[in-house]
Amino acid sequence: MSDYPLPVSHVVDPSTSASERSTLLEKLHGWVVTVDHKRLGILYILYSTFFLLVAGAEALMIRIQLAYPHAHVLSAQVYNRFFTMHGTTMVFLVGMPFLFGFANYIVPLQIGARDMAFPRLNAFSFWMTAFGGFLLYYSFLGGAGLYGVGNAPDVGWFAYAPLTSRSFSPGHATDYWALALIVSGFGTLGTAINIVATVISMRCKGMTLMRMPLFTWLLLVVSMLTLVTITPLTAAQFMLLIDRYLGGHFFDTQAGGSSLIWIHFFWIFGHPEVYVLVLPAFAIANEIIPVFCRKAIFGYPAMVTASVAIMFVSLSVWAHHMFTVGMTSVSNAFFTLSTMLVGVPTGIKIFNWIATLWGGRIRFTTPMLFCIGFLFQFLIAGLTGIMLSVSPWDWQLHNSYSVIAHFHYVLVGAIVFCIFAGIYYWYPKATGRLMNETLGKWHFWLFAIGFHITFDTMHFLGLLGMPRSIYTYQPDRGWNFLNLVVSVGGMIQGVAVLIFAYNFLVSYWRGEVASDDPWDAWTLEWTTSSPPPVYNFEEEPEVHSRRPLWDLKHPDDPDWDYES
Amino acid sequence: MQASLIANAVRFCGVIACVSTPGLIWSEGPQRIPSTLAPASTSAHQIFDLSLFVTAITGGIFLVVGGLLAFALFKFRARTSDPSGEPAQIYGSSQIELAWTVIPVLIVVVLFLTTARVIFVIQDAPKPKSALDVTVIGHQFWWEFRYPKYGVVTANELHVPVSSGATPEATFLKLTSADVNHSFWIPQLAGKTDLIANHVNTMWMDPQKPGLYLGQCAQFCGSQHAMMLLRVYVDTPEQFDAWIKNQQQSAQHDPTVEAGRKVFEGQACMNCHTVSGTAATGRFGPDLTHLMTRATLASGAMDNTPENLRQWIKSPDTFKRGALMPAMQLNDEQLDHITAYLETLK
Repeated sequence: MSDYPLPVSHVVDPSTSASERSTLLEKLHGWVVTVDHKRLGILYILYSTFFLLVAGAEALMIRIQLAYPHAHVLSAQVYNRFFTMHGTTMVFLVGMPFLFGFANYIVPLQIGARDMAFPRLNAFSFWMTAFGGFLLYYSFLGGAGLYGVGNAPDVGWFAYAPLTSRSFSPGHATDYWALALIVSGFGTLGTAINIVATVISMRCKGMTLMRMPLFTWLLLVVSMLTLVTITPLTAAQFMLLIDRYLGGHFFDTQAGGSSLIWIHFFWIFGHPEVYVLVLPAFAIANEIIPVFCRKAIFGYPAMVTASVAIMFVSLSVWAHHMFTVGMTSVSNAFFTLSTMLVGVPTGIKIFNWIATLWGGRIRFTTPMLFCIGFLFQFLIAGLTGIMLSVSPWDWQLHNSYSVIAHFHYVLVGAIVFCIFAGIYYWYPKATGRLMNETLGKWHFWLFAIGFHITFDTMHFLGLLGMPRSIYTYQPDRGWNFLNLVVSVGGMIQGVAVLIFAYNFLVSYWRGEVASDDPWDAWTLEWTTSSPPPVYNFEEEPEVHSRRPLWDLKHPDDPDWDYES
Repeated sequence: MQASLIANAVRFCGVIACVSTPGLIWSEGPQRIPSTLAPASTSAHQIFDLSLFVTAITGGIFLVVGGLLAFALFKFRARTSDPSGEPAQIYGSSQIELAWTVIPVLIVVVLFLTTARVIFVIQDAPKPKSALDVTVIGHQFWWEFRYPKYGVVTANELHVPVSSGATPEATFLKLTSADVNHSFWIPQLAGKTDLIANHVNTMWMDPQKPGLYLGQCAQFCGSQHAMMLLRVYVDTPEQFDAWIKNQQQSAQHDPTVEAGRKVFEGQACMNCHTVSGTAATGRFGPDLTHLMTRATLASGAMDNTPENLRQWIKSPDTFKRGALMPAMQLNDEQLDHITAYLETLK
């Protein structure tokens, strides 16, 4: 032991010459106690990248098990844990933290602020989110199940009651699931409050609401939506725990409780949650597409209006997840209509993006490629969404692989593509170095090809009657070949993500050194150094239009002459 | 004419996409592939026709919008021959915004009205007096079917009469659950309906070709959700009557398997299973009175052969780990006896 001292002894031992080690610990300490929005943003991004790899590995295990019929790679029990954890992780530990990471880093810079409105709340929120994530994964060790061995939640990510009651889910895995989401939910709420307060009260001189970059606008909308959305989920989790431990009967069907109440609560959270995830993806595309086609965004006021409209409409569509639970025909018709109406504002967005491209000079850099992938895939996802909103057809497609295909088109094809685009785009701002373009293009093409092989094929599996959440299938159902194709596509995506992870890491040390404004962009974050100093801006910026850097670069033709 | 053209085009694309099983997906009657594209009852046909209409509209939108997007990307790519400086900046146009708001609204109106019609036609269809009633009860991980009018109780394999033009025979299902949520889905015959404890749902179907239709539970219900398979036999009127007559009989008394019956009634088996006409009246597991009339065991997990039956009783975990039937720790002799006994339950 004595010849292998703990690192901490180096710190307290003044005789040691290895001063760098103590620096490392100090650095770590600095990251743990930080209240700087940029560092917290980076922590969010690193945290969600880590869980992206974990949940991606779970998805690949799922696909190996389903590659051929009657496989025995995973047992039924382990498979059920993996798909539950894959879904829960991707939504709560990957999607939302990624987007809040971007928001944390970018929003104060874009509005010319020194930091978030509540820096300490910001740190608290991140650590709550992080603690929630690790609590969820601790269930693999600590969630002693029926047989006294460690297990993880296995009730599906939407955890329909009464499967979650103690009669059907003994052990503590379900408790870890509920508690982890409560804890990370508080973190999410804290960040949402913080973003709203920051955007409302910290904008620099001249930045009226209608001069805010669309990224910031959308994050404001998302944060308001988050406040309305996460609360019913947290309430439902408390009700579930009361049922499990205090003899409540909210969802206990054996004692007069109702499974439908849980389903309503969950989707009142769950559907707006989709927009909580996808609006930040739009936000990223709104920044990247104009810069790489060298044109102002087309129809800025329409984009803002459409975003706010999506926020409101998204609160009235939740029961389209419930067309098969036996609602009345009138309710089914209502939710068909409200769901179809979402197509109008989202359509407006797509048209505006195309109009922005029209007449531009499009540069196909990696961030732009990912945004183009997003545009195509989101178009298809929107149209399959219309198909699913047709409730009679949904009676067939609900809980089938067509639905899996549809929401992965949104969550991967739109959101993950935009997350990658955002990382390639803002990496030079955060690190001072560019990510490698060649590897970036390999990443894009492999990921896009793998994505389409996997998720295009899944639509057909659903049409052929394959339900979701099954750990294996019968060999005579005609699903064998298509499932193999889906699995192969999954592996290709896995390779692409590994290339990304390598690029992400190595570029930090070896990437090409970036200037302050490597993309020739127009928003305020590109006026400060890369990476920005702790105080962000040496003096408070003042803006006169939506594109302050355009005005600076084209003093003869400033934006404020044209904006309405 | 146009609809059938579209139908054929969709089918052609589907066949291309499903090269593994050409020819099987599209046949008109019952088939091994539980395909939503091969409807065999009125409501499934209505849904399929509606889906073709919706596919035509959304496909048209995709071609137009996707085409414009692809064109813009190609036409406006940056070239080395571009003049220096930035392209012309265009900030928007209210007229254009209005146009592409109004057009989608009109499309939504058309889609909604078409859909609403089908919702009401299927969901609020009046129940004919002659309709057959069946109560479906979901269990972890098997199906219980009760025919109240005939006093018949069976499991996992539903028998319904065929509905022909001359003698329309709808079957109306009442669905509920004994434990967690399940979902009843036979894609060729109807859309799915959930089985929810403490809540009764209804659905109906009128299959038009006799034969075996496959499906399975479509709502995650626990560890063996994947092995909660579902078989629907659509019988001709004669077959159906004969089947009902047989199911109404009490279990056969075969003195040669007395030893097996003693094992069955002497162990906990009878606490969960019913064999009508005997002391076994349990209701937790499937009714076994006519076990041998069923083609599969454990809700489709395996074929109903004596070998499989013996192994299933010996160790249910071999086939379906997590199924609620316990291994009763019987010795080989008891297993032989009990298998022989169950083999007589025809």
